[in-house]
Amino acid sequence: MSRDTLIDLIYLFSATTFIVALKGLGSPKHARRGNMVAAFGMLVAVVATFFKYVDGHSLHHVWLILLAMFIGVIIAVPTARFVKMTAMPQLVAIFNGVGGGAAALVSITEFIHIKSSHPATYVILEVLLGVLIGTVSFAGSAIAFAKLQELMTGRPVTYPGQQLINGVVGLAAVVLIVTILVTASTSLLWILLALAFVLGVIFVLPIGGADVPVLISLLNAFTGLAVAASGFTLGSNLLIVAGTLVGASGILLTRLMSKAMGRSLSNVLFSAFGSVVTASGATTRDDGRSVRSGTAEDAAILLGFSSRVVIIPGYGLAVAQGQHVLRELADLLESKGIEVFYAIHPVAGRMPGHMNVLLAEANVPYEQLLEMDEANSELATADVALVVGANDTVNPAALDDPSSPIYGMPIIKADLAENVLFLKRSMRPGFAGIENDLLYNPKTTLVFGDAKDTLTKMVAAVKAN
Amino acid sequence: MHNVLLQYATVLILTAFVGTEIIAKVPSILHTPLMSGSNAIHGVILVGSMLILGGATSNIQEVLGFLAVILATLNVVGGFVVTDRMLEMFKPRAPKAKETPSDEVAQ
Repeated sequence: MSRDTLIDLIYLFSATTFIVALKGLGSPKHARRGNMVAAFGMLVAVVATFFKYVDGHSLHHVWLILLAMFIGVIIAVPTARFVKMTAMPQLVAIFNGVGGGAAALVSITEFIHIKSSHPATYVILEVLLGVLIGTVSFAGSAIAFAKLQELMTGRPVTYPGQQLINGVVGLAAVVLIVTILVTASTSLLWILLALAFVLGVIFVLPIGGADVPVLISLLNAFTGLAVAASGFTLGSNLLIVAGTLVGASGILLTRLMSKAMGRSLSNVLFSAFGSVVTASGATTRDDGRSVRSGTAEDAAILLGFSSRVVIIPGYGLAVAQGQHVLRELADLLESKGIEVFYAIHPVAGRMPGHMNVLLAEANVPYEQLLEMDEANSELATADVALVVGANDTVNPAALDDPSSPIYGMPIIKADLAENVLFLKRSMRPGFAGIENDLLYNPKTTLVFGDAKDTLTKMVAAVKAN
Repeated sequence: MHNVLLQYATVLILTAFVGTEIIAKVPSILHTPLMSGSNAIHGVILVGSMLILGGATSNIQEVLGFLAVILATLNVVGGFVVTDRMLEMFKPRAPKAKETPSDEVAQ
């Protein structure tokens, strides 16, 4: 068997481990092992690559490759190990961005490398797509990172003529690609690179913080596709398989997320959602209805007398770092024979499924985490719905007010429960910037204050009773 | 030459279907690990980056290739480590009386 065949077989093995890993994610039980299998597959592929021949000779610059890898490992491992779970979305964004950047660099270098041999037009097209998509992903991820890390405002950034400008830049990129296809000019390639960078930035600017889950999965798909494009250029099935798997997963997740928000993908990407705040933030409404507020002790008593409690956590819980106290409260209630579930909205948090990870970190067993549909049927028979740090995802306007910007978004129907306890910092609206009718519902009791403080008080009060 | 292109396109399309099928079965509770896990998988661009740097014939190719290997290593290593850390936290309901169920502690 020739060396090349052997290496290709190893690559085939690696590609298979990636599929096995994704399959493992079908259940929390096998997921971790699956991830390790993929990591092993990746390691094997990397080792095999050291023995590959390029242009008829063995790899040059082996020490340079090892040095670069060493630098990467030194930076990546501590960052990945010690970052807080709440900061996970920006970390995934940045790791995604560097992947896109690497794909773009690979494509550019390959272009310079093969240009002298007058490659076929389709080869240049693959290169250019790799550069364009990879760079957009890189720049877009960088802006998403800045938004999530609060280096810049999380609200949509808008300016007059935004859509038009974005459209012109996009069109210019397409024209440039066609020109390069004809001329095979390297200097134009640099312009395309710059243009793709600008495109990535201006594409992400008008997307607001709460829509970032959709954005991140889309950028993930972009990087996957950029990698697949590099795979075409380099003639590597491994890169094509891996890139396409990620591309497919990213696109699927993107669609699931926008569906979970009841909005079309183009609405999420282009409408600058959440840039207008219409809620008054007052405790009394024009029609005279006002909110009813209570103390943490009142809330504890209500919980103590119930037999089924559904907790609806939102991103505010994570901001207040209240997950652990919440779990303590839930455990306490369970020890009193009260059934407790957590109702997780698919877009709770800052990336798809983020809230599940945050609760898992607080040692909440995954059997207690209910998906939205399941949660809604549990809520019908619950005595108390405890809303902590969520707002838009329990807003009934999504169901019954066609004029509401969130109309059509599937929500967790907290108002089905006998009583609603709403833990809130203030009357400030959620990300969508709109009034929440649930706050004025006669079933609802508001407990104002920092979620963590309130929960701590509630734990003490439940213990005392 | 175009047969090669066709072969790659075949792989691409079949993989797209396989990927969609598998990923549709991932429960929403694991969507974050799915994102970061698939994120790690596209770090396979490291293989491409190695080939680029290993075949570099000019300074500019060396510099770009070197950068690509660093970025791709960040992607692949960071991606797998973060995913592992996340998945480690997903635990089933612990039997009562035991506070922290550890994985492989044999008595």
